[in-house]
This record gives sequence, structure tokens and C-alpha cells, in this order.
Amino acid sequence: MNNTYYGKLIFEISQPGRVGCSLPRNVFGNYSLDELPAALRRRSDTLLPEVDELSVVRHYTNMSNNNFGVDTGFYPLGSCTMKYNPKINDEMAADPKFTALHPSQPVETTQGALQLYDEVQRTLSEISGLHRFTLNPYAGAHGEMVGLMIIRTYHLRRGDAHRTKIIVPNSSHGTNPASAAVCGLQIVEVKSTEDGTVDVQDLIPLLDENLAGMMMTNPNTLGIFETQIPEIARLIHEAGGLMYYDGANLNPMLGVCRPGDMGFDVMHINIHKTFSTPHGGGGPGAGPVGVREDLAELLPNPQVCRLDDGTYSLCHHEKSIGYISRFLGNYGVLMRAYAYLLTMGREQIKRVGALSTLNANYIKESLKDCYELPIKGLCKHEFVFDGLKDKSTEVTTLDVAKRLLDYGYHAPTIYFPLLFHQSLMIEPTETESKSTLDAFIEVMRKIAEEAKTSPEIVKNAPHHTPVRRLDDVKAVREPKLTFKDLIES
Amino acid sequence: MAFKYLPHTEAEISDMLRTVGVATLDDLYAEVPDELKLKRDYDMPESKSELEVRRVFQQLGDKNKSLICFAGSGVYDHYTPSIIPTLVSRSEFLTSYTPYQAEVSQGTLQYIFEYQTMLADLTGLDYSNSSMYDGTTATTEAMFMALAVGKKKKRLLVASTLHPQTLRVLQTYAGFHGVNIELIAHKNGQTDFEDLQSRISEDVAAVFVQAVNYYGVIEDYAGFSDLCHAHKALFIVNCRPSTLSVVRSPGEWGADIAVGDAQSLGIPLGYGGPYIGFLCATKALVRKMPGRIVGATTDSEGKRAFVLTMQAREQHIRREKATSNICTNQGVMSLFVTIYMSLMGKQGLKEVNELSYAGAHYLCDALVKTGKFERVFSSPFLNEFCLRSTSDVTALQNHCLREGFHFGVRPETPGMEDCVTIAVTEKRTKEEIDKLVELIKNFQP
Repeated sequence: MNNTYYGKLIFEISQPGRVGCSLPRNVFGNYSLDELPAALRRRSDTLLPEVDELSVVRHYTNMSNNNFGVDTGFYPLGSCTMKYNPKINDEMAADPKFTALHPSQPVETTQGALQLYDEVQRTLSEISGLHRFTLNPYAGAHGEMVGLMIIRTYHLRRGDAHRTKIIVPNSSHGTNPASAAVCGLQIVEVKSTEDGTVDVQDLIPLLDENLAGMMMTNPNTLGIFETQIPEIARLIHEAGGLMYYDGANLNPMLGVCRPGDMGFDVMHINIHKTFSTPHGGGGPGAGPVGVREDLAELLPNPQVCRLDDGTYSLCHHEKSIGYISRFLGNYGVLMRAYAYLLTMGREQIKRVGALSTLNANYIKESLKDCYELPIKGLCKHEFVFDGLKDKSTEVTTLDVAKRLLDYGYHAPTIYFPLLFHQSLMIEPTETESKSTLDAFIEVMRKIAEEAKTSPEIVKNAPHHTPVRRLDDVKAVREPKLTFKDLIES
Repeated sequence: MAFKYLPHTEAEISDMLRTVGVATLDDLYAEVPDELKLKRDYDMPESKSELEVRRVFQQLGDKNKSLICFAGSGVYDHYTPSIIPTLVSRSEFLTSYTPYQAEVSQGTLQYIFEYQTMLADLTGLDYSNSSMYDGTTATTEAMFMALAVGKKKKRLLVASTLHPQTLRVLQTYAGFHGVNIELIAHKNGQTDFEDLQSRISEDVAAVFVQAVNYYGVIEDYAGFSDLCHAHKALFIVNCRPSTLSVVRSPGEWGADIAVGDAQSLGIPLGYGGPYIGFLCATKALVRKMPGRIVGATTDSEGKRAFVLTMQAREQHIRREKATSNICTNQGVMSLFVTIYMSLMGKQGLKEVNELSYAGAHYLCDALVKTGKFERVFSSPFLNEFCLRSTSDVTALQNHCLREGFHFGVRPETPGMEDCVTIAVTEKRTKEEIDKLVELIKNFQP
């Protein structure tokens, strides 16, 4: 990584009078913005930078060198499924035959685009065992919210406005309760047992006439398969609730079992996890939502429908929950997912689950003598260590994570789930080879050793990154959120 | 068995299974109840080679038709400078996650900091978050901010010149909170101040307007912000950042929040996405903002560095008490528009507007001169305008379509079935515009 360039902002390389672009000549005659009334015009000039093209290119190229992606190295970030993002997917998504389409074009001119949407939708239905999908939600959290809106609307239409209780396990993702709140639902947590699965005895008293549904991942956040799922689904359904599947952990289920068959009624899929689209430093993702047959009419508008003559159209259903996005979601992301589905096909997609599970268990078994393993036994795609086994060194999970960066690995997810104090959550994904895992295991063992022999090195890590450990507290106490804040201080 | 994305050899699988202590891959799922297991292949096509994947896309692409775009309606066909696709596809950016490990994510964090600076500057407000999904959902997040500020207030006043797509999404979200949305009338395409005065009261949480509105009109908000603030309502301006180098900014109108879609900063039409929403606000509201925010700090050696900050607002800390469930930003799309703004700079963005303005006014005059149209609103416009047609709009659009032209969007507004909204950007040449006018002249209903 490039240390020397680090630090300059684009505003600091700006020089008054430089330009970075050239535009066509104005050949339209005497039309000028000066005709606009002064009251409607901007008063103060913008502070946008003035930089030549090469300097812009270098600036962002060098900036990228201060970043770590899946293409840089192993990225075992738990619950994030940082698998390889195939390059052909990006190339296909950049095809001008698709990218030049305006969303308001007549459907006769977008048949290929609509067909692609429909085929992705159908394939996700087959893989998940749910009747129909919308691909409009923009992200996992957005899909989750849409799924909960569907559950809320289902109860409202049945005259059950009082059903506002959503049960989530206490190991659930933070977005679960936040999404529920956005839909006007209330969250109640159910306890986990010693082995990290839902405590069915604790669940039963929570089931009453106010139940709207239950949200779960399966396998759960600890990477443990909830074997009681048929019983849980039966209890929830008998109490009048719906089962919601948070697709964050769908990857290990590929080729093994389907959420629809487990008894789930509504789910979302994180396309950027299970279906290999790039995370992009935070986005854009996609969060398709699938539902069982009798809920399909509630899916958001617009919907893509295949007509009897084999052509495709956009439909707007009256019974839908309404509109939750401008148009058909992050369409370019769906194109990438389609390329992935075509490439994997039925022979390869079914192998994903077992190989991701094999990789996770292999790391777990290879490191459990030096890292604390709170939940024993087989995990699925991910598992959680509760810090180093030897607690006497006072080296924390944060220190281990930062030391990993020195060795050229991204850190696992840390301090989540909240069930343990020193959570270190590892998800290798199926696209990593045994060689990569072996090298990672060796480094993890080395760090455990360093924690005993030279703990200061670990506690002060990272040493070899573009910047050293950051002062988070200062960032909150003296917020500097723009360049203007920086020059004024 | 070996596959390009699945690197395990048979020998390695055996080795690894031995380490794990099971005999077969199936044994890894021994605890899964048998009746839940899928005992067949998925019903989907066989695996395809790269060449075959290309062919599928080519065939599907051939079923689409690219048109010369005179449509806008919230999505604008601006030019994408060639360095942008090259830079945003750098995999160090593209294949990274949300920048939790700041020491190896300075690239992402720094461009977000630049993005926040540029958006705050353009909108004339103090702060921007790190971006949102799109303009419609960003507007709903502004609503949640207003509801959080206004505690028990349950009324929103929304300009009838707001894009109906934005309004519909707002209505969906509002419906789950018992929030009542009322429309403010417009006069000549301009939100009616008197109607706003007659409707506003202390129970209004926010007033929403759209600065360059659904019909292309540049609105005048003299007095709006004072009226809102006198009733303790937030003044929220939906706007298009690319226009803000020339038209008066939300901050200059006294807005509390500016939201909208930043697609017009060079992002391709892309059949609706991915685009990027933005949300900017005054300093007083910064701790009510949704989404990620990046701040500057120092590292242990005193060097300036960037980090996700003020996370106490967010869902992974506050869980159900968070005002928003947003846990990402629009990532590389924020990089996309940041590079666009860096490259276009102070001058270039003005030129884009100057050219779009000139092309749009040239076309508008030429169309009116055909005698087949009249302007619906006489108010000033930038690069999009609304005409009433003497002939059937759909027939006219189909006529243009046969020659490869996408002739505008028919407004969804009831009573405007005979109207069309037309947009021009710097990408439209004089030849294209002249040809369009010629086509329309020749149209026989």
C-alpha cells in the first residue's frame, strides 16, 4: 500500500483556473442562463475543485491503494459473505444495450431487460422455495423492511391491526429491530439456549393474539443450524403469525435446504452476499423479497409480469403494499447476479453451501486450541470465537483484528454477536482455497503466540497500514465532517 | 468437479473433512432434519462458460432498443466522462465492504469525506451523510427525521409539483406511521404560497417541495422557510445536485434538509439503477441524520485520517430505537459522483447546465413554433419543460419511437393526459434536436 501519497484531499490539490473536462460547443444561439431571474439563481459560487484530468486519475488511483478488497486478500468478515466477485458479471452489467435504457421507455423497447428481471426472479423462487419475488428493494435492510411491511399489511387486511409483535432471537442482526420499528412493529426478543439456538420454552409464553411474526436467520448468527425450525414454524403459524427469513445467512443453505421448505413465509436475499455482486464499500446491493403464494399480491409495485404471448410488461397491482423504490431497484446489480446464476448453473450452485461450511469448520477446528470456542460442534458457513483462549495476556479481539491487517488479511467481524464479550466472527466463503485458509490459520496462530511473547506488538497494531489505529473518540467529540470544518479548525 | 470459482480439489476436500472429523460433505449437515433437505437439483439451466454467458446477454440486449433520449422526469441522460468507469471499477474500491476497519479502508473513507463536502457545498447546507439508496427513499428518511424532531406531529404538507414517484414512496412509508400527507396546490407550476399559508399549523412536521420540479419549473420559495419555522415545521427541499451550480440552493432558500437523487451527476440511465440518493441537513439536525457519516480524526501518530463516526445514531447500536434501519450507503455510486464533481469542477458543472439550458430552450421554441404545442406553464425552466399537445401524445411518441427517439414523458397528473415533459442535456446535438422537430412537423394524426 502506498504510504507516501496518503492524505491529500481533492480540494487540497485544486488550483484556480484548472479544468478537468471538455464539453461540446454551444451552437444553440442566444440562449443563456443569464435570462433566469436573479432570485432563482445561486448566489455564492460552489467550492468544487479545479483539477486537471491526470491529477484526478492519480488522486483516486492512489486512494484506491489505501483500500483493501476481496481482490486484495482474504476477507473473512463474518455475516458478510465476502466471496469472489467474478469480473464477467461487471462487464455484462456495463453493456450499453442495458445501461442506456431510460426507465420511462415503453416496454416494447425494453423486452430484454424485463426478461432478465423475470428470470432472476424465477430462479430465486426456485432456490428459496418461495412462490414469487420482487427485486425492487435496494439492499438487505431495505428488503427486510419491505418484508415486514408485507407482514404488517397481511394482518391489517385481515382486521388484525393489534398484531404488531415481532419476535427476534437475541443474537439477531441490528437491522432486524430497526426495520421492524420503521414499519410500526414492536420487537420482542427470545432467549437463546446454551448451544446458541432459539429457546423454544422461552418462545411459547411470547405467543399471543398480538403476534405478527418471527424473524430468524437459519443458520443463525453463530453459524448454528436451528434444528427446531419445523416446530418453531408450527408454533408461530398456530399463533397466527408469519415466519420471516433474514437471508443474510443463506449461503450455506445452497444445495441443502430451502427457506420455503423450512416453513418460512416471507424472506429477503442479500444479492451482494449469496449471489456474488460486489459490496462496493457499502453499496449498491440488492435485497429481493420472496413470499409464499397467498402473499404475492402484496409485493411492491411496479412488478414485471410475463404475458400469455411470451412478452413482458410492467404491472401495478392494486392490492400491493405500494411503491418502495423509484423503479425496478438496483437493476445493474441484478444483471451481475444473473451472470453469476448463468455461470454457476445447477451443477455448481448446489455445491456452494457445503464448501462454504467445510471451509468454516476447517478453520474452526484448526484454531480452537488457541482461540476460545464457546459453541462446540459443527458450524455452518461461519462461527464465533470468544477471543484468545489465553486471557492472561490481556490482548483483546480488537488487537487481534488490527494485527491481522499487518499480515495482509482483512479482520473478521468483531464484537458481534453481542452474546460474547470478545466475539470474533469468521466466515471464509466457498471461493477460498485450502492454501489461503492454511496461510490464514498460520497467521492466526502466530498472533496467538505473539500475544504471549510480545503482547505490545499486538496491542499497538496495526504497524504497516497507511494509517495507524485511529482516535474514534476524537472524531465524535470534535466532529469534522467536511473540508470546510477542517480548514475552519 | 473442479470449477473456476470453487477451488477445492478432491484430495483437499478429503483432507479438510478429516480435520473437521466427518466422513463426507453431507455429514456436515447431519443435524439438519431429513425432511427439510432438498433431494433434487434446482430446476435451472446448466452451468455456462464465459462465452455462453456473453451470448445470453447479447441475445437479451438485442431485445432492447436504445433511443435518443429526450426524457427526464427525474432521470437525466448526462454525459459520463470516460475516466469514471475506469476508476470506479478498481477492485480495491469495488470489492471492499463497509469501511469498518478504517486502517485499511482509507480509500473509501476519504472519498466519502470528499463526497460529503461537495454535497453539503452544492446544497448550501452544513452536512451531508455518506449517501442513500435513491432519491425516493432519501425523501422518506427526511420524513423520519422530521417526525423525530416534531415528536407527536403527524401531518406533512407536500407540494403537488413533487415527482409522483417520490410521493408514492413517501405515502407507502407514511402509511405505516399514521402520518397524513396533504398536497399543496400550485399556480402556473409554482407551489402556491397562499395555499401553504392556509394549511400550515403547529401540527405539521414538515413541508416538502421540489426545487426544479416535476414539470421542470424552477420554483421560487420566498417566504417559505420563515413560514415553516414560525410553525416549528421543517422545510425540506427535494433537488437535483447537478442543477445547483446555477440555481439557488436549498440552503439559500433556508431549508433544513435537502434530499433527492444525484443520478444527474453523470450516472448512466441504467434502466433505473443503481443511482444514488443524498441527504444534507443543517448542523442542528446532524445527530438526527440517518445512515453512515464519515469524519476526520487522527491516528496514534497524529496523522490525519478518516473514520465512520457518530455511530450512536445507527441501527447496530440503537437497534429498535434508531430512527432509520439504513446500514449501508450507496458505496461506489458515491465514488462515481465524487469523481464526476472533481472532474467537472466549479466551471464544468456550470457549462453542463448552460448547454442543457440552451438546448432545451432552443427545442422548446422550435416545438411551439410548429403550432402543435403550447407551453403549459410560463414559469422559468432549466432543461426540462412541459407542453400541451394538440394531437394525441401517445401517437406522437410512437411516431418518434419508430425513428429511434424517446420523445418525453407524459405527466401522470390527472387532467394532463394531453401533455408531455421533455428534457434536454448536453448530450443532445443540434442535429438530433432538428431531426426531432422535423419528425414532429411531419406527424399526421
